[in-house]
Amino acid sequence: MPRSTVDDRAQETRATTAPVLRLGTRKGAWTLTADAERREWALSEPTFLGHVVQHVMADPRDPDRVLMAARTGHLGPTVFRSDDAGRTWTEAGRPPAFHAGDPHGRAVRSVFWLTPGPAAEPGCWYAGASPQGLFRTDDHGDTWAPVDGWNDHPSWGSWAEWPDVEGTPDGSMLHSVIVDPRDAGHLYLALSGGGVFESVDGGADWHPLNRGCAADFLPDPDVETGHDPHCVRLHPLMPDRLYQQNHCGIYRLDRPAERWERIGDAMPRDVGDIGFPIELHPRDPDVAWVFPMDGTDVWPRTSPDGRPAVYATRDAGRSWHRLDTGLPPRGWFTVKRQAMCVDDHDPVGVYLGTTGGEVWASADEGATWRQIAAHLPEIYSLEIG
Amino acid sequence: MTPPPDAGVRVRIPSPLRSYTRGATEVRARGVTVGEVIRDLDRQFPGLGFRVVDEQDRIRPHMVVWLRDERCRDLDAALDGVDEVVLMQALSGG
Repeated sequence: MPRSTVDDRAQETRATTAPVLRLGTRKGAWTLTADAERREWALSEPTFLGHVVQHVMADPRDPDRVLMAARTGHLGPTVFRSDDAGRTWTEAGRPPAFHAGDPHGRAVRSVFWLTPGPAAEPGCWYAGASPQGLFRTDDHGDTWAPVDGWNDHPSWGSWAEWPDVEGTPDGSMLHSVIVDPRDAGHLYLALSGGGVFESVDGGADWHPLNRGCAADFLPDPDVETGHDPHCVRLHPLMPDRLYQQNHCGIYRLDRPAERWERIGDAMPRDVGDIGFPIELHPRDPDVAWVFPMDGTDVWPRTSPDGRPAVYATRDAGRSWHRLDTGLPPRGWFTVKRQAMCVDDHDPVGVYLGTTGGEVWASADEGATWRQIAAHLPEIYSLEIG
Repeated sequence: MTPPPDAGVRVRIPSPLRSYTRGATEVRARGVTVGEVIRDLDRQFPGLGFRVVDEQDRIRPHMVVWLRDERCRDLDAALDGVDEVVLMQALSGG
């Protein structure tokens, strides 16, 4: 897409309202509501206190509609939905589930990821789960059906690694479901572990899209599948551009190319390019933020050397800049793949939620940071809306 | 007072499921097997069943059904004269 088109549309998408952050945590959901200047933030009382909330997402097509992926320590997984911006909630009439009699014996343990569908299909959402199933609703989250083209794909058993040994959000899951804004039938998804996959027919068939990505943990590092993408994002105004934070590096892919370029090679060597989240500037496809973590030795997954920092690129990954002003000089937390987000103000606000229950905000695209909430449970997800 | 013969069995409801039973700690459900009782509970309290039994008809790992003093994980198990079914949560979380 020509850059002039990007810039024209950017003018239309610039936000004028105060942002709301929706937090999913290990023990419930909260919201943080800002004033128009994003200086003061008000923390709500908890919703569904004690429930394991993997993801809470407002519908950009109708922000009063919000979906929540939840379970409890004892009860099975479900989806709650709100039609009044989170004031009241109703459980899905038919939550995401595999077909009875599934040949793999799969049952959804957790609904992990929620993606609003295309603008032209207002009731459509996708959900990713562990084990790595894909589900779709066409009635705003009330009833969900398996996407058979993915779940029953003949190669699913070889593509999806699904050891049933860890509790989500650790371990294996399907995430980063992406709908091409130009073509509702063009989909991407990612598996931890398994790799990135693409469908060009609305999910009826899928193929791997992992060339160029490292898989240092496999005997053959140049395999077609088996990779471990942690988070994949498509730029909404330049939909041929994908960014990926992988278990083994940071990558960019400009379609129609099919080989990812390791843009994390430009990160400082002593920091590396391992992490969970990657977030994109809503108007500039050359700008992205990551939160590097320690992927050495036994993989602590805390900030390298315990010095928390966001890194940003403003040239599509050719160079990276450290952004830590205001962040604690030492800290030993992790930012999970869904726990970083951006707003669409100018300048863009960048937000991260930590496993230590803190929320940090930057109102100047990462240049300076301040804590806007603390003493919360382990934060699993953070979304604007 | 003795319930009428067709009123089914007494089912004790654990706290995680009481949002479905509108706070009731005990309800009644009909069925001659554990699975039928849970299906009747789901009919009366929509959504409850899927939180206890997965889509492959397996009792979820952290839920337990007791028939008198016997722990049961088989939905086909017959109640066989049992007049009380106890749903409980097993050890989980932290």
